[in-house]
Amino acid sequence: MEALKSILSAQYLFSIIRVTTPLLFASMAAVVIRRAGIICIAFEGMMLFAAFGGVLGSALTQSVFGGVACGVLFGLLVAMIYAYFVLSLKANTYLTGLAINMLGSGGTIFLLYLATGDKGVSTALNSLSVPSINIPLIKDIPILGDVLSGHNVLTYVAFASVLAVYILINKTVLGLRIRSVGENPDAAASVGIRVIRTRFVAILIGGVLASLGGIYMSMGYLPFFTRDMIAGRGFIGIAAQNLGGAMPVPTMLAALAFGAAEAASNILQALRLPAEFMQMIPYAATLIGLMLVGRPDTEKKPRTTRKNRRESTHE
Amino acid sequence: MKSKRIEQEFNLIRMLVAVAISLALAFCLIVCASSTPLEALSAFLIGPLQTVRRMGNVVEMMIPLLFTGVSVSIMYSCNQINMSSEGAFFLGGVGCAYLATTVSLPAGLHPAVCILAAGLIGALVCAIPALLYIKFRALPVVSSLMVNYVALYLGLFVINYIIRDPAAGYLCSFEYLDSAVLPHLFSKTKIHLGLVIAVIVVILSYLFLYRSKAGYAIRMVGMNSNFAKYSGISVMGTILGCQLIGGFIAGVGGAVEQLGMYNRFQYQSLSNHGFDGIMIAILARYNPKFVPIAALFLAYIRVGADVMARTSDVPVEIVNIIQAVVIMFVAAERFLEGWKHRRIVAASQSASRKEA
Repeated sequence: MEALKSILSAQYLFSIIRVTTPLLFASMAAVVIRRAGIICIAFEGMMLFAAFGGVLGSALTQSVFGGVACGVLFGLLVAMIYAYFVLSLKANTYLTGLAINMLGSGGTIFLLYLATGDKGVSTALNSLSVPSINIPLIKDIPILGDVLSGHNVLTYVAFASVLAVYILINKTVLGLRIRSVGENPDAAASVGIRVIRTRFVAILIGGVLASLGGIYMSMGYLPFFTRDMIAGRGFIGIAAQNLGGAMPVPTMLAALAFGAAEAASNILQALRLPAEFMQMIPYAATLIGLMLVGRPDTEKKPRTTRKNRRESTHE
Repeated sequence: MKSKRIEQEFNLIRMLVAVAISLALAFCLIVCASSTPLEALSAFLIGPLQTVRRMGNVVEMMIPLLFTGVSVSIMYSCNQINMSSEGAFFLGGVGCAYLATTVSLPAGLHPAVCILAAGLIGALVCAIPALLYIKFRALPVVSSLMVNYVALYLGLFVINYIIRDPAAGYLCSFEYLDSAVLPHLFSKTKIHLGLVIAVIVVILSYLFLYRSKAGYAIRMVGMNSNFAKYSGISVMGTILGCQLIGGFIAGVGGAVEQLGMYNRFQYQSLSNHGFDGIMIAILARYNPKFVPIAALFLAYIRVGADVMARTSDVPVEIVNIIQAVVIMFVAAERFLEGWKHRRIVAASQSASRKEA
């Protein structure tokens, strides 16, 4: 009964939006890159570097903007390394992604230790957070105001990014190019679209989006950086993109569903149930979600992706 | 045939260059990060050789890596990027801990039962992503990572609620019964009987993957699943089978590590052995024959980094950076490709000149 009550509260709905934010950024990044025909799993690493960069930048410049800029820069740098290896050196996308994630985990701890002498948290750095804002008018609506208003600025940016990605993919020239290199790179190349350059741009756009998700983790969700703080959120973002068929709005709904599972696990931890099962919820929900969309995705997969994968894993 | 030999030579050289680049990068980082760079470097490079105990540490660290390296080699041979050996290793260890603390069996039988049970658990864990792929076409990369987290929390639940030792003061299981523990082989080190099991697993896996019909089918599916299908190989069955075998080996590794190195289950999070296994398998080109060399390399730099972290101010996480760079350069197909092409062209030109 108590559980039901806490689930149905405005507070719960508020926390869904809060925990969905990083998932949403990651899933939108996955959408853009997936549409360009690349299955990128490197978001975990990009987000970690961005989260650390945000803390470092804001501590050094003592400005929130400096922090966000530095975080995005870190994330972009990692995205560029990823893009260079995957596109120019034709490295296997999965293995490169895995390596980037390892680099993110080890590299940020290494840098954190150099910056603070601590390997766990960045509390020694006097970093800033991105502020939360109340939206005028909406905040006065009874329940809805409690749910929608008072979030971190980046949360609103995350939901705005869904619209932005939708417009980018469906209404712009660049989006058309991204889709065409994703669906059939040979055909795209034959009409003069530069496949590698377009994919490079898509990865960079994804890198910025993922970075914002990482920055949110260390400058909003928590006010400091902790080691491995992304904790699989980048992967859940990829799962949301899979569930949403790489379309922005369905992907957002999937991300919200995973957010709901995570928020529920946060709330239910207060109950007398074993915490381990609650912590398992978001990941188990993702597995179930993958089953629900179970339809052969490989048929639609762009040809090069399949070819790349086949060629590069057995070499 | 000449170009095939160049190909092999090239693969070896590329691997060495990748390792060299990553080590060079690590040296740069050490020099930048440390206030006593020379001491740090020497601790990193020759630290593991300085005492018998540290040499023992290298071998001890190698043992679990042999299991996960072979496990990943088998799973990836059929082109499934399944990362759940991590979860299989962890949950296998938990299952083993349960049997090692609660069931009493005669000494010789007890570890065998624990290890086999852990293997079965590992096989189940690794089968989940394969089944999801076969039934629902879910990307194994994503699903296997989710499986890892589920395995982690399931394992922690078992430790916390079923076999937790309340007297210990921290989250860990009861002590393993004496009958379950694997004996040590040498007096001065903690090298244990698991080494023998690991060597047997490596040899058997090599024979299985490269000298048996089933192993050929696995590699065929990995190289060209359509060709395999048209030659009458059941692709999905092969995929599932080789994930089961890979998971079994990872689970066995988890149990061996527990019974050989620890007296109670103490992990609070995933141990990363599975991910290390991926790097080792890539370096070994998915051939169990080369897994020991790659595992030795990783164990050596890890012990070196450990010595360095204790004697200087460079954190051990430098190993993760080395690992990541190695994986990226080995995975990069185009890296040094121009050089290879020139070699092949030169070789064929000289061959045709000789004929003329």
